[in-house]
Amino acid sequence: MTSRSNQAFLLVLAVLAVLTPLAGGISPYYYDILIGIGINIILAASLNLINGYTGQFSLGHAGFMAVGAYLSSWLTLQAGTPSGPAGLALFAAALLAGSLGAAVAGFAVGAPSLRLRGDYLAIVTLGFNEIIKGTIQNAEPLGAQRGLGGMGKYTGFFSAFACTAVTVLVIHNLVRSTYGRGFLATHGDEIAAESVGLNTTRYKITAFTLGAFFAGLAGGLYAHFKQFIHPEAFGFTRSMDIVVMVILGGMGNMAGVCLAAALLTVLPELLRYVAHLELLPGWLRHVAENRMIIYSLLLIVLMIARPQGLLNFKPAKVKS
Amino acid sequence: MPTLLRSFLLPAVITAAIAIHAPAQDRIKVGEFASLTGGNASFGQSSHKGTQLAIDDLNSAGGVLGRQLQLITEDDQSLAGQPATIVQKFIAQDKVVAVLGEVASSKSLEAAPICQQNHIPMISPASTNPKVTEVGDYIFRVCFIDPFQGTVMAKFALAHGWKKVALLTDVKQDYSVGLGEFFIKYLKENGGEIVKEQKYSSGDKDFRAQLTSLKAAQPDAIFVPGYYAEVALIGKQARLLGLKMPLLGGDGWVGDSLLKVAGNSLDGSFFSCHFAADDQSPVVQAFVKKFRARYQETPDDMAALGYDSAMILAEAMKRAGTTQGDKLRDAIAATRNHPGITGSITLDEKRNAAKPAVILTISDGGFKFQQTVAP
Repeated sequence: MTSRSNQAFLLVLAVLAVLTPLAGGISPYYYDILIGIGINIILAASLNLINGYTGQFSLGHAGFMAVGAYLSSWLTLQAGTPSGPAGLALFAAALLAGSLGAAVAGFAVGAPSLRLRGDYLAIVTLGFNEIIKGTIQNAEPLGAQRGLGGMGKYTGFFSAFACTAVTVLVIHNLVRSTYGRGFLATHGDEIAAESVGLNTTRYKITAFTLGAFFAGLAGGLYAHFKQFIHPEAFGFTRSMDIVVMVILGGMGNMAGVCLAAALLTVLPELLRYVAHLELLPGWLRHVAENRMIIYSLLLIVLMIARPQGLLNFKPAKVKS
Repeated sequence: MPTLLRSFLLPAVITAAIAIHAPAQDRIKVGEFASLTGGNASFGQSSHKGTQLAIDDLNSAGGVLGRQLQLITEDDQSLAGQPATIVQKFIAQDKVVAVLGEVASSKSLEAAPICQQNHIPMISPASTNPKVTEVGDYIFRVCFIDPFQGTVMAKFALAHGWKKVALLTDVKQDYSVGLGEFFIKYLKENGGEIVKEQKYSSGDKDFRAQLTSLKAAQPDAIFVPGYYAEVALIGKQARLLGLKMPLLGGDGWVGDSLLKVAGNSLDGSFFSCHFAADDQSPVVQAFVKKFRARYQETPDDMAALGYDSAMILAEAMKRAGTTQGDKLRDAIAATRNHPGITGSITLDEKRNAAKPAVILTISDGGFKFQQTVAP
């Protein structure tokens, strides 16, 4: 299994290398959406490890993203945003540093909040998200309430999607490894898992740390793509968006979660397009102008139609 | 029937489709991004209404350069990350000639580098943070910047003979600190005196300690350049402590809840602002009438600034004789004494608007136009 997914990973990288020059030729708008898909897949896949596989409920994923975004941006800005190979090396190092910083933050939340479950844990992570946001809002070197700009546009098609592939592969392989079965066991029944000798505490911390690591990676990619970051970009709304992707995709279903992340990135932009179609009658365009209402309605419909997730076709468990 | 369809109906349909589409291709496209939903929706809706009104006015007067204008509006949901995507769409898909937006400085700061890189002029209606136009020479604004209001209020205080002024600033807000600095500078240079300075933080509820200390200094007036939520409480507590001197402030005071919370305790206070709907100048009254007829509501500063941003763009197109980016930029930069709703607007070398501020007073639980102060 593992060797097969490694082969698949190499294949994905090769395909990416071929596609990269092509991606440079498309409209900057489509390019923006495309990179957005990659970043959202990283976010959703990493939250899937925490919320999906391990069964914890984190509402603070955007906070980890913020740590990665601000730390990596601060580093590249300090280094003077060089271009060429030096810039790429710096970018790689900054991304790694940002991800590690986020992982430390993930560990910091995971460790003390382990005594909490469900709703209580959700509130702690939510609070943590606000603490990070509030700290940045008051940190003058990070631009405080003005936001931080001037980063080099280092993120490209290849770097974004190579990171996406790495994230999906690592999490996919991890939960299927002998060690990784423990995440699912923690999710399934914590007491039963403990009784067969699994250290569920460690699994929860690992899930938080690793999930935060990849969220930090997504943050770094985001910051060096948009070239401007603002504390408001990493608030509760953002965290909730990621949670919706995971739930819509089906908790713990990797392919479904990736698909949902892509779908929820494209959908609002698609509705934008519909709202401006000149051929539509006036009243229909007026309806489409309220695209966020339509978007929310679609979410409700999707959740009613597929509560188990977009791609979850396994029969529901029989309850005895 | 199929033959009939092919020979008559189909060409007819195609012709009709072309006829519908033809004006669309000739129209000059202008992109507008605004927070139509989300936290800043009340600002975004207002500025959008003003902008749309300006575009419709221009079109009913025959358009610009013999062509009609098309305003393409996109909602950024008050979310960071959206403005960049929207502006990419404007430039790559819609091929707009210029971009209008936004009210919030953080949104303008996100969009501005993309406009700059693509050499598409951008005019912000109401982003007052000085950094916005520092992004590059394609970025303009039609509102005054934060420091200016401090100067205006100092001028106003001196004109009323209030030479001993105390200061109460919000240390958490760049806006408040900036206004305070420029207020002190102007006042001291022109014979005034700061008798006492006190500070607070956004979110504070109790200001009695600061106010008691200010009271001991016996100032003629107190400058409170904060936001309405705190200012309302400050006003209330100041009256309870027996401070009878007027309070002075900036456009941060504008907010529905200011008077709801403060009641009549702020009566006799003054603040600077972009626009007053009860200003009796004919330009303002004509605009207010038009706006009320169209939307059944009274325009606020954002609506007036949105209107001015679109009008300045259209004027520049007329003067440039083209919509080509570089020439349009030069024409916008050359805007001098544009008769806007928010006063006579001249764009300076830093692409900021030099224009008068409006001073409002509070009496009988409402805002009233007091006077206009030139820069």
